[in-house]
Amino acid sequence: MTQHFPALIIVIPLLAAILTPLIGPLNRRLCYPWLVLSIGLTGCLAIALMAQVIMSGPISYNMGNWAPPWGIEYRIDQLNALLMVLITGAGFLGSIYSGPSFAKELPDQLTTATTLYLLMICGLLGIVITGDLFNIFVFLEIASLSGYGLLACGSPDAPLATFRYIIMGTIGASCYLLGVGYLYISTGSLNLADLHNLLPGLYHSRVILTAGALMLIGISLKMALFPLHAWLPEAYYEAPSAVSGVVAPLYTKVGGYLMIRIMYNLFEPRFFTEIVPLTSLLSWVAIIALLIGSIYAIAQKDLKKMLCYSVIAQVGYIVLGIALANRAGFTSSILTMINEVCTKSCIFLATGAIIYRIGNSRIDNLQHLFRRMPYTMLAFTIGAFSMIGVPPTCGFFSKLYLLFGCIAGGHWTFIAALLISTILNVIYFFRVIKVACFEDPKPDYGRTEAYPEIEVEEVPAAMLIPILIAASSIVITGLGSHWIVANLINPMIPVGF
Amino acid sequence: MILDFIISKYNFWLYVIIMMIGLYAMLAKRNLVKKLIGMNIFQTAIILFYVSIGVKKGNVNVPIIVGSHGHESQIIHAADYLNPLPHVLMLTAIVVSIATTGVALAVLIQIYRRYHTLDEDEIIQIKQSRQETGV
Repeated sequence: MTQHFPALIIVIPLLAAILTPLIGPLNRRLCYPWLVLSIGLTGCLAIALMAQVIMSGPISYNMGNWAPPWGIEYRIDQLNALLMVLITGAGFLGSIYSGPSFAKELPDQLTTATTLYLLMICGLLGIVITGDLFNIFVFLEIASLSGYGLLACGSPDAPLATFRYIIMGTIGASCYLLGVGYLYISTGSLNLADLHNLLPGLYHSRVILTAGALMLIGISLKMALFPLHAWLPEAYYEAPSAVSGVVAPLYTKVGGYLMIRIMYNLFEPRFFTEIVPLTSLLSWVAIIALLIGSIYAIAQKDLKKMLCYSVIAQVGYIVLGIALANRAGFTSSILTMINEVCTKSCIFLATGAIIYRIGNSRIDNLQHLFRRMPYTMLAFTIGAFSMIGVPPTCGFFSKLYLLFGCIAGGHWTFIAALLISTILNVIYFFRVIKVACFEDPKPDYGRTEAYPEIEVEEVPAAMLIPILIAASSIVITGLGSHWIVANLINPMIPVGF
Repeated sequence: MILDFIISKYNFWLYVIIMMIGLYAMLAKRNLVKKLIGMNIFQTAIILFYVSIGVKKGNVNVPIIVGSHGHESQIIHAADYLNPLPHVLMLTAIVVSIATTGVALAVLIQIYRRYHTLDEDEIIQIKQSRQETGV
């Protein structure tokens, strides 16, 4: 039984998604426990797999018992074991949260939304677990298509934003597919580990160069790296709260994971650092991304849209860590992914809770929020501290490693840019905290009777508990970052760093 | 000289041309349906590319195994059969492309219901005027 966990982790959400349209019409109230149960089960499998990988090294599973270079291989090492736990973790919190949230925002589409939610988790898990390049494309499209469906369920303007995302996302996936095709005609293999051994002899071929470029461009489109980010803010802003609380933390990070796989596991690190010196270009792009993202975030008047731009800035941090191509940079990029998943799910879910109570998320309307929703705002503040990089949160350690990486590479300009971006983070988060904590609403001079007492009106427990769990996970991953680096990141550092 | 170069790799030229037609439609057309069709052409170009790389000229077979299942069956030499793998991969890619088109069409219906037009310029105008009036 244990040896089939890698297949089951995909099969359970997929099967649950197929069964949902049969369960939903029987009784709509069954959808919610069904969603939580199946994602919880998948999460248990992910944790079991991670424990297995930490204790006894990487697992290779042959799908349908076909040997690797020909059949599809599911390969689980420390990196994707970690990502699977993050995906199922954020998915589980989002599924608990989705109960009251879907009931308020999508009461008529409960069955459809549940199905798509399960398919999305299945697709995301598939992207990280598989060791076959074409299989990655298929799962990428499963995840994206269900994501399009969920995002389009949001506000009345959501379909337009989603349509743009569909066009951009499809170009990205097509570029990736074309790159895989070029690798296939040069080597005749689609298996990641097999290609890693076959490619070094062909490193000076222009076909391989084009393939690498196409795949990276495709992934950059999917992860909204700076010049290709235009689709993201609108699409995530218009989405339903529970959906943006899962999509925003996960999709761009899975893109970052694919970038690591392509740059350092498919190719050897020397291909992108020496033969094609792409890493220096990529690190400048990342620097611009993290500055532009933060500047745009400051310019927003709406909390949720501000956070969407913050996602773009964080993609910059992840890519900078990858492009530094040294030990500390690599460590920081993975720590940033962990931090981002915990923090963004905390902050986006908290923002969803604010929208649930107030009706919108304009920053001007947030007065007295610390007194009205103390626990939500406490979680929000912890998340904001982690984005800024206050110790002991995980964000502090990811930024610390990033600074070490810049120092090791001798990039002093990057250090300056990182410090500036930290200050920008402080500005845009404290603007929100200032309004929510210290400001009073505009006085109404025509009013004669006394203002009503400010009462605590928290969101339902099913929404509050995931927010608090996500907030505590930020601190726990921060305090446990030494353990994470030693057990999950150090074994994954590519040879030659 | 150049003609030989073009003719010897004509399948690649074709797929690049088709792909650029798709890209042009996505970039330049203002109608959302035309953008969607452009996206479809873009995907089809890649499917054609994959299908064309499996082709071999000369005396080649389609099946990999000759003879019925059982003792007489025999795997033939790799040089003597068409590579079926790109074609099989493309079956999946076609399904993906159809699903994408389906989702995009459904989204377009929602857009039409909200704005009563599918022209991007008009939609942007309507959106702006609605934001100004606060509807």
